[in-house]
Amino acid sequence: MDDFDWAVILRSAGFLGHGLALSALLVAVASLGGLGLGTGLALVRLVAPRGVGAIVAGYVAVLRSVPLILVLFWFYFLLPIATGRPVSALGSALTAFVLFEAAFYCEIVRAGIAGVPQGQRLAAMATGLRGWQALRLVILPQAARAMVPVLLNQVILVFQDTSLVYVVSLRDFLTTANIVATRDGRPLEMYGTVAVTYLVLCLGGTLLIRLRSA
Amino acid sequence: MIEISPMIEIDGVQKWFGARQVLHDCSTVVAAGEVVVVCGPSGSGKSTLVKCVNGLEPFQGGHIRVDGISVGARGTDLPRLRTRVGMVFQSFDLYPHMSVLDNVSLAQIHVLKRGRAEARSRSEALLARVGLADKISARPAQLSGGQQQRVCIARALAMDPAAMLFDEPTSALDPEMVQEVLEVMQALAAGGMTMMVVTHEMGFARRVADRAVFMDHGRILEDTPIGEFFAGARTERARQFLAKVLTH
Repeated sequence: MDDFDWAVILRSAGFLGHGLALSALLVAVASLGGLGLGTGLALVRLVAPRGVGAIVAGYVAVLRSVPLILVLFWFYFLLPIATGRPVSALGSALTAFVLFEAAFYCEIVRAGIAGVPQGQRLAAMATGLRGWQALRLVILPQAARAMVPVLLNQVILVFQDTSLVYVVSLRDFLTTANIVATRDGRPLEMYGTVAVTYLVLCLGGTLLIRLRSA
Repeated sequence: MIEISPMIEIDGVQKWFGARQVLHDCSTVVAAGEVVVVCGPSGSGKSTLVKCVNGLEPFQGGHIRVDGISVGARGTDLPRLRTRVGMVFQSFDLYPHMSVLDNVSLAQIHVLKRGRAEARSRSEALLARVGLADKISARPAQLSGGQQQRVCIARALAMDPAAMLFDEPTSALDPEMVQEVLEVMQALAAGGMTMMVVTHEMGFARRVADRAVFMDHGRILEDTPIGEFFAGARTERARQFLAKVLTH
């Protein structure tokens, strides 16, 4: 380890930082957008007529069955065709992430709601609360509490998945490190840095989950 | 004879769960201020019948009117009607994520549109009435089953209902907690509340109820003044049932 070159890490810190910022943006948009859309889909499945619910169920089943990397490709090539105008790699990646994550969040939220005892809804309805009030005031707060660990877990998974955006030529954290590693011939330093960063962030996240659910 | 206004009218109610008929032509009337105990073996349809009264269970035939309002009619605003009929369940379902005070105040604020201060003072008064004035900021999980069930009663009363439905309110309680809940119910009855109570507590029935409705296999077999019911039930099924629950 004599020739472990700390300087290369420092030198490329700015470039790596840009990569990490892109990863962070992807995680934030994918998680928040996915959670928002996924909650919407879960509610549709709960209250909408059977036909509409079946369409949502189909959407969720399809997106959960294909690899994310494929979805990223699809949107990169299909979104410009579908919208009739050029779409940036970032725009297509963000869209793909949100729609992909929504399928997972939909199932998480649905399971969370299903986990709240049926008696809670009946008790709420019996006092004259309307269905949506019962959902908002009684069911969802309890479901959310139970879902927090699973949701944070999903955020960690998204963070790890962000590295896949290299297929649409975006420079996330891993990709920037990869570029430096190849350019400077310093794979050990670069992949080491990446590994430690991922480890620290994900482990930190996991500890956060433990603390929250303790 | 004084004209007694009917509070709950159940008239020829039929209900199916899929192909299985669970209520057969059930009829009874509960007058304002009357306490009716609904009893019968498990699976006799008594819980289902009281859940039809506030529309938590839909029914397919017959009519139910509460305070003159038809429960099954298409245009009926069921949530509104439910504020007129309080209900307490077997499985004291307090909202676990809220304090006792918020449990009792929630529907006052969101359904009756009372201000927070007014809801709070009413909740405090009701909790004092069920003997839990010192528990207003407790969480449901910190209360015993009997205390939770008393909060449930306060929560239902907070809507100022004209009638109360009880669906086996003491069946899930440890024996030593049954009495405290029955006492609250007895006080409620003494205050003139119209009550329909599904219960196996025959001592309570004898002390508090005006009338007994006995059900078996989805039919009302007896509908008699409480004294007559205990003195000599007419049907063999009711006599067998009474023999079992009274010796137990």
